[in-house]
Amino acid sequence: MSLGPYTSFIVASYALVTAVVLILIIAIAIDYRSLRQRLRELDQSGITRRSGRSAADLR
Amino acid sequence: MIKRNCNLEPIACEANRDYQEAMTLIDLANPSKFLSLTARVLPWLAAVTAIVLAIGLYQSATAPDDYQQGATVKIMFVHVPNAWLSMLVWGVMSLAALGTLVWRHPLADVAAKAAAPIGAAFTFLALVTGSLWGRPMWGTYWEWDARLTSVLILFLMYLGLIALWRAVEDPSRAARAAAVLTLVGAINLPIIKFSVDWWNTLHQPASVMRLGGPTLDRAFLVPLLMMAAAFSLLFVTLLLAAMRNEILRRRLRSLQMMQARAFSSEVDAGSREKTVPFGAA
Repeated sequence: MSLGPYTSFIVASYALVTAVVLILIIAIAIDYRSLRQRLRELDQSGITRRSGRSAADLR
Repeated sequence: MIKRNCNLEPIACEANRDYQEAMTLIDLANPSKFLSLTARVLPWLAAVTAIVLAIGLYQSATAPDDYQQGATVKIMFVHVPNAWLSMLVWGVMSLAALGTLVWRHPLADVAAKAAAPIGAAFTFLALVTGSLWGRPMWGTYWEWDARLTSVLILFLMYLGLIALWRAVEDPSRAARAAAVLTLVGAINLPIIKFSVDWWNTLHQPASVMRLGGPTLDRAFLVPLLMMAAAFSLLFVTLLLAAMRNEILRRRLRSLQMMQARAFSSEVDAGSREKTVPFGAA
């Protein structure tokens, strides 16, 4: 597949889109892990929700 | 749950069924129910997104060169979906803003807050990929024409909204302020859409979403629509995941406040015990 004289512009566009989408996915995944970890720590320290369920319980 | 004999009480049975269906819809507004729904839906949605994106990328790679643009037409397959989504996300946030201000839906401001960074990322990508296409085709990375400027304003509004969410600590107060700003900012959406018709711009007029139908050849339209579907699915997937995070963040905040209150009441009780009452010595 030849991209002609503007290869750098095309490759830069796709690389940038890939990088930004990956950053979004990774940021959301790291945030989720960190929140679950902090909720587990609270749970272990004896703090529970008003419903009596565990803080880290996804319900 | 009320169990009725439908042969003896048909009207009451019907009413009970309607009530239960309504309860199912209301249940989705419950953050805990929403969390269990996302846990079930997200893996499937992510898989479908990956498949549609792979098909879209294959079609984009194998699409023929345009007779005027050459291979740079491939930039359009990522630029146009991001540009569409930059406006769609603000539209979704505007609906969520109505949900916050009018119906006080418990998940509306969660959705709006979660959507803003995703919308900002799509708008950024639309601006930069458009710029990378503009340099070889127009001879310039940037031109202060109505379409480009109005999209830049949209990007700045996204950043302003994210800053507002971060500046106000109480989520419910931040939600109301952000909802008003979102609805005011929605005025920019028709300006972006019709800027190419209302003003003489370097940016070309609409070639897909127009009254007379798309002017694009099928060889370009099919990969473009496939990539648009892939990015829309990506948005829904990321939005659900970010909403889940936001619900957990609010749960964490309320539990930390409970912990702080329990700690301060323990300290108060301890200091009362240590204090010698006046005249007791």
